[in-house]
Amino acid sequence: MSIIEKSNAEKSGKANTEKYVQLENVEMTFSTKKGDFNALKDVNLSIKQGEFISIIGHSGCGKSTVLNLIAGLLVPSSGFLFCAGREIATPGPERAVVFQNHSLLPWLTCFENVHLAVERVFGGETKAQQVARTYAALELVGLSHAVEKRPNEISGGMKQRVGIARALAMEPKVLLLDEPFGALDALTRAGLQDELMRIMQKSGATGVMVTHDVDEAVLLSDRIVMMTNGPSASIGEILTVDLPYPRKRLELAENAEYNHLRSEVLKFLYERHAKKAA
Amino acid sequence: MNTMRLSKSLIDTLPRKKVVANATTAAAENVHKEPSATSTEAELVETEVKAKVADKPLPKPTEPKSKLVVNIEQLLKSVLPAIFGLLLFVGIWTLISHQSPNLPGPMKTWDAAVTLFSDPFYDNGPNDKGIGWNILASLQRVSLGFGMAALVGIPLGFIIGRFEFANKMCAPIISLLRPVSPLAWLPIGLLVFKAANPAAIWVIFISAVWPMIINTAVGVSKVPQDYMNVAKVLNLSEWKIVTKILFPFVLPYMMTGVRLSIGVAWLVIVAAEMLTGGVGIGFWVWDEWNNLNVEHIIIAIFIVGIVGLLLELMLTQIAKRFSYE
Repeated sequence: MSIIEKSNAEKSGKANTEKYVQLENVEMTFSTKKGDFNALKDVNLSIKQGEFISIIGHSGCGKSTVLNLIAGLLVPSSGFLFCAGREIATPGPERAVVFQNHSLLPWLTCFENVHLAVERVFGGETKAQQVARTYAALELVGLSHAVEKRPNEISGGMKQRVGIARALAMEPKVLLLDEPFGALDALTRAGLQDELMRIMQKSGATGVMVTHDVDEAVLLSDRIVMMTNGPSASIGEILTVDLPYPRKRLELAENAEYNHLRSEVLKFLYERHAKKAA
Repeated sequence: MNTMRLSKSLIDTLPRKKVVANATTAAAENVHKEPSATSTEAELVETEVKAKVADKPLPKPTEPKSKLVVNIEQLLKSVLPAIFGLLLFVGIWTLISHQSPNLPGPMKTWDAAVTLFSDPFYDNGPNDKGIGWNILASLQRVSLGFGMAALVGIPLGFIIGRFEFANKMCAPIISLLRPVSPLAWLPIGLLVFKAANPAAIWVIFISAVWPMIINTAVGVSKVPQDYMNVAKVLNLSEWKIVTKILFPFVLPYMMTGVRLSIGVAWLVIVAAEMLTGGVGIGFWVWDEWNNLNVEHIIIAIFIVGIVGLLLELMLTQIAKRFSYE
């Protein structure tokens, strides 16, 4: 996209559904005590509205950095990021984040944790409407029974559900998930993946998920962005997952296309961009 | 207090292990010996005796002790060492007082204390008031100085912890002034306030403010980045950040600062009052030294200790109430 086009997109402010979230020549350099560390270089990516993207790569390849850049928690050293035609400079309520370690505030109940987000985004509504929104978000993730519990009184899976509820309660245009199920056991993870799939279908939001679970990436995504190893990591390949929805975990296990995609990702990770054991 | 807790826990754990060991060995011997038909009478008797010896001071595990007995046992376990320690202390005190005739022994001090506390709130003019008035006067000064220190120190701690610029701005001043003995500030207080009482409160303020600033600031700087990221993503206002994230997280740190402060304030008040005079436990000590009433000085030491302990206990309880865990 040339500069003229970009400024046009900014002027109109209209959401380009084909390039809803856009990263242009993004480069990220962190200044550390040992000198500058170039984490990302030449990252170009366009995400369609309503699409679900997974970013996969070895640890330390800058996956989370990409997510934090889209979230607006980090500012790129050079390059541009756009969401709905506007440049991303700060975090905004249209881009909600589900954190890896759930990041719930331990002194607030599940209700209060979610309500904190609702109050801020829907400050114009009445108190009753806000409360209803909070309950609705908790119900969506199946936690109506635990609203008054504190985070340390519920299981890891439930905490992550609250994290998802908090993000969804903001009714975001883009849901950013940073290894959302990484800290959970396999069974809980599978259950939550199915639930996330259902919720994303229902809400129609755009999703960007960082993961290092190949099955999770293939199961949930429309496209899988595979990143090369850092430093100066970039996007290696993008794999389109053309599997029909609703996707059923058990049926897919014997699906030839699914298994092909899965092995494609594995080949990328372990043949072309294998990481030496640290 | 810590040593007391330590000894209590040691005593709690040690004998219980023994109980278990004794009970199991006795049981094991019974199992081994009783069913064997060939065992001689002597052997049986022996086992019984052994079992009895093992069991005697400790009831069998199958027989649950009555709740009262358990409670009394636990009370004794926790209180006995403390009583023992106190007796030892009084014993050493008695020995020393026998060697040094000027130092009153425990009995003499006790008698003086009984007379003293029989009328704690008499008032014979500004220089002769009951011990109760003196304690209250000191407590009032401490609470005023301490309260003002909290009002200044806690918000300042928040600002220093939250904003790097404020931190760098205040760091040199704080590190320069913090190690100064609080009493060095007394002349400045006297000069500025031109009265003894505000000067004493000023000294308390200065001594109590540092731990509160520093602990609050440390707490704020330790807020996990995750929580701050949540605040950023949710786009929380500064007020919400302070009330919903910083304050609950910093509270335990703050309470540590408050506890340290009250300890220091109470330490300093005695010295400050010795210098400023008037009514108060510190001045009372000095007054009794001039009267050569050594019993009263010893009583004052106990009073200061007990009041300090109570203040600390009170704040620990408050801190527990505020903890979110």
